[in-house]
Amino acid sequence: MNIALVIIFGTVIFSSIVGIYAGRKLKMNLENWTVAGRRFGIILIWLLMAGEIYTTFTFLGASGWAYSKGAPTFYILIYGTLAYTLSFFILPPLWKVGKRYGLHTQPDYFIKRYKSNALGILVALIGFFSIIPYLQLQLAGLGFIVEVSSNGAIKSKLAIIISFILTSAFVYTSGIRGAAWVAVIKDIMMVIAVGVVGIGAPLIYFGSFGRMFQLLIEKRPHHLVFPGATEHMDVFWVMSTVLLTGLGFYMWPHVFGSAFSAKSDKIIKRNAIIMPFYQVPILLVFMVGFTAVLVIPNLKNGDIAFLALVNNTYPSWFMGFVGAAGAVTAMVPSAILVLFASTLLSKNVYQTGINPHTSEQTVMRLSRFLVIVITTLALFLAIYFPNELVPLLILGYDGVCQFFPGVVLGLFWKRVTRAGVLAGILSGIGVVGLLLLLKKDPCFGINAGFVGLLVNSIITLVVTAFTRPVSSYE
Amino acid sequence: MMQKGTRYALAVGAIPFITLVFALPLVNRIKPLVLGLPFLLFWIISWVILTPLILFVAYLVEKKFNPFEGGEGE
Repeated sequence: MNIALVIIFGTVIFSSIVGIYAGRKLKMNLENWTVAGRRFGIILIWLLMAGEIYTTFTFLGASGWAYSKGAPTFYILIYGTLAYTLSFFILPPLWKVGKRYGLHTQPDYFIKRYKSNALGILVALIGFFSIIPYLQLQLAGLGFIVEVSSNGAIKSKLAIIISFILTSAFVYTSGIRGAAWVAVIKDIMMVIAVGVVGIGAPLIYFGSFGRMFQLLIEKRPHHLVFPGATEHMDVFWVMSTVLLTGLGFYMWPHVFGSAFSAKSDKIIKRNAIIMPFYQVPILLVFMVGFTAVLVIPNLKNGDIAFLALVNNTYPSWFMGFVGAAGAVTAMVPSAILVLFASTLLSKNVYQTGINPHTSEQTVMRLSRFLVIVITTLALFLAIYFPNELVPLLILGYDGVCQFFPGVVLGLFWKRVTRAGVLAGILSGIGVVGLLLLLKKDPCFGINAGFVGLLVNSIITLVVTAFTRPVSSYE
Repeated sequence: MMQKGTRYALAVGAIPFITLVFALPLVNRIKPLVLGLPFLLFWIISWVILTPLILFVAYLVEKKFNPFEGGEGE
């Protein structure tokens, strides 16, 4: 019997039971399911937000970039910090609007603020199509981690299918509360795994962090400054990318929506203050990548650096622990992604666009049904088209960023108009799509999404100047 | 118009953007090493760790100048 296998499956099953149990006493209506009745205190909201932000990409991608690209990986540390700083100013007023008008989703906000169902449906569709590749990436990451860490004992496809059926089960029963409770398990395991490897491995191989950096600077003098081992990820690419991703971060429909589940605007403000502490584990993930550069320098695929180093350094049961942590790390963001993808479709496409007389109970039932449909779709995509969606993910990030002017101007500037925001979003998406199609990302050293956001902001302001504002909200 | 406290808080909140974005071309180097870290990494880590403190100052500033800002809930 393979010990890693037992640890991985034990964790996945235990987490799912906790997730299902989390919703047992609640009467499930849309308010409880999507925003937990707006009752989360500081601890749960912190874990929930950290849970959806800290994904398998952080695990594999950040160490992989540190390994194969070097300094450009620092962008991950920076953009999160910028996003939390922004959230300090944006989320509390957003929370108040959400509370006052009973909003559940991002399109709800656009519909209420700009009195436009069309704008809401557009935002819902862009959000939905941005979420799908993100979700698929989580599935692929989970399969990869579990297969490698169980030393091939669990095949990637089987791992994905089992974990995601269980994930959809706790989303179905408990909604966002299930995700938040599983996030507790995930965070504890994740911090242990990253702490043990990120601090342990450099000390085991080099005796100190200082010695590791010394060796790294001797062997690869350019690895630790921009553009590192890459050609085009120079300092201006980093600057435009951290600005874009920092601004766009809370524009993801699921991150945006989960802000509504806080108990008060004060909670969400205090949460913004402590969020940057969550960047410390990312720093440790970098150390893993840097250690791997020196210890196992010839890996073909950088994404495997974390697991390869663990395999070289620690006993196989710990490898199982890392695999289990990786699996839960994919399940938590996936749960929230599935939840919001289905609510976007049921509430903001079906109820808003197709059948306005649908009752809230029917929207709830439809959302739950869509959880099953979307999980099946994501499984199908992950199994049959594992690599096709990565370019779509970039488009997705660049796409949701285009909501920024509409959200922020909407909160702080009464004058901004519906036509302005609509024209801005469409032109921003158009520019990004065109640049990606022409393979102009980066465009003169600047991130394509950032170019789109600039065009979007200018168009929003110009069109606003020539159109009449709606009276805000009511 | 924006309240005085909010304006001051925004000015404080601009610090991470200045240090972690606009200052990057000036600090993109390895030497001098600080605490064994290459200078670029040391710079980034320092400001990331200082950000909660900066936001806490923004919080206090806002509270001081907008004392009647009533939140909902709680």
